[in-house]
Amino acid sequence: MNTVNLTCIGCPLGCQIEVLMDDDKNIRLITGNTCPRGEKYARKEVTAPTRIVTSSVRVYGSRQGERMVSLKTASDIPKEKIMDVIRDLRGVSVPCPVRIGDVLLHNIAGTGVDMIATKDVD
Amino acid sequence: MERTEYNLIIIGGGPAGLAAAVAAYDAGERSILILERETRLGGILNQCIHNGFGLHTFQEELTGPEYAQRFIDKVLERGIEYKLDTMVMSIGQGEDGSKEVMAVNEADGLLLLKARALILAMGCRERSRGALNIPGFRPAGIFSAGTAQRLVNIEGYLPGRRVVILGSGDIGLIMARRMTLEGAKVLVCAELMPYSGGLKRNIVQCLDDFGIPLKLSHTVVRIEGKERVEGVVIAQVGPDRKPIPGTEEHYDCDTLLLSVGLLPENELTIGLGAEISRITNGPVVNESLETSVPGVFAAGNVLHVHDLVDYVSEEAHLAGERAAEYITACKDAMCAPPEKEKQIPVAFSGGIRYTVPCTIDPDKIGDWLKIRFRVGDVMTQRKVVLCLDSEPVLVKKRRVMAPGEMEELVLTRKVLAAHPDLSSIEIRIEEDKA
Ligand code: SF4
Repeated sequence: MNTVNLTCIGCPLGCQIEVLMDDDKNIRLITGNTCPRGEKYARKEVTAPTRIVTSSVRVYGSRQGERMVSLKTASDIPKEKIMDVIRDLRGVSVPCPVRIGDVLLHNIAGTGVDMIATKDVD
Repeated sequence: MERTEYNLIIIGGGPAGLAAAVAAYDAGERSILILERETRLGGILNQCIHNGFGLHTFQEELTGPEYAQRFIDKVLERGIEYKLDTMVMSIGQGEDGSKEVMAVNEADGLLLLKARALILAMGCRERSRGALNIPGFRPAGIFSAGTAQRLVNIEGYLPGRRVVILGSGDIGLIMARRMTLEGAKVLVCAELMPYSGGLKRNIVQCLDDFGIPLKLSHTVVRIEGKERVEGVVIAQVGPDRKPIPGTEEHYDCDTLLLSVGLLPENELTIGLGAEISRITNGPVVNESLETSVPGVFAAGNVLHVHDLVDYVSEEAHLAGERAAEYITACKDAMCAPPEKEKQIPVAFSGGIRYTVPCTIDPDKIGDWLKIRFRVGDVMTQRKVVLCLDSEPVLVKKRRVMAPGEMEELVLTRKVLAAHPDLSSIEIRIEEDKA
């Protein structure tokens, strides 16, 4: 058995939720949440937490003199892949112009998710 | 000859200015000019590359630049005029009641502009370290969180490798994650108050995700290093917020980020002579978001600091509509004829720090009006009670309220209609015993 402590982000109350898991990673007990949303959040966080990753990379040839373009994963990726995504972005540099939604990198860190631009740069 | 007269001039091309311009245009106003001091529209959103913007407005989670672009596109589609790289030096009133704007930019030099109405949308700036009095030299390596954000996301360089953050405002939390991702080691985030001013989601996803400790009731008591920051000392504070001797902890670091609050930027407003609230540091406004100077409206962080950009856009929309109405009332004159004032002050008690608006003319409310406010302390099990002429007309239960989360109440036309000779409006927070 082990316990995982979480802060629910569902609302400003920020309940401290305790999840009790057995050795096979099955959830045995969820306590501390004040409403069902907290339970749902806790389930997701302990079984398959995901995040959108945002960052910025260099651009070249910008008429506006911009040096960076911001980008994000097109959808959620597993939380434990965050650092792999960031590693794959090191040293990347993309040509202008860039439009919001342009795919800048395919299948980042083997997640199957693309990195797309979040800023127009000319 | 450059055009120098407009019906409406909007100062600031960030989220508030853009939304106000679009709303004024859609209300029928065609003579609008936006003045922006940066080289692109969008304001601070351009450097806020994280996501979480727009859930209320667009029902999807956008990054800052994407949210800004939605509104920039609306401004461009409508052909609304704007000037970039343009710094407004002062605003004032002419003898004919017109609003005068003095601005400079490289292309035009000095610009003297006239308008019937103004919308103030200058936003806010970060509190600086000077206001905080941390002992020690002033070595390099001390940045406001927003400056660090700009350096990393816009300029593309990392301002330090080992980082301590003072203050747990949202920008500080966001930068804890951002700098970690860029390869820095963020050692600790110290917060003077016993609670964080940042959103829960940011504490979880920016600190907890990366194992960065948040130390509540802690502050920086010493900064070491002469040329560059070499370390900082953090200590616990008591209920009086004074450091407790013997609790000092030393951190080896080269960078200190400050995320200790935002201040509405109102030098221009003060120069104009509009009344300023000592609580919000923003102008005092009525239900139309009009300042004490008729025809001058304000919206967004210049008025009071918001935690969600969606609320800024919504507020600015109202300012834009009301400015357009004011201009219609001007007819051929440069200002609208003075009106019989029926402004009722919004009274408040029970831990509320301020409300926006500060006064309400019941005849000037559309179908509804949002009254926004903040509380001064964390409170649990409360109810917010709105009274018209001492009669409770609205009760909203709140399980928890915190200074970091803006609260709102919706006053509807229907509720007001039952009180035709209204003379007092009050919002109270009471304990909710049930
Ligand atoms: S469990 Fe429910 S009440 Fe508690 S923080 Fe989550 S959403 Fe809010």
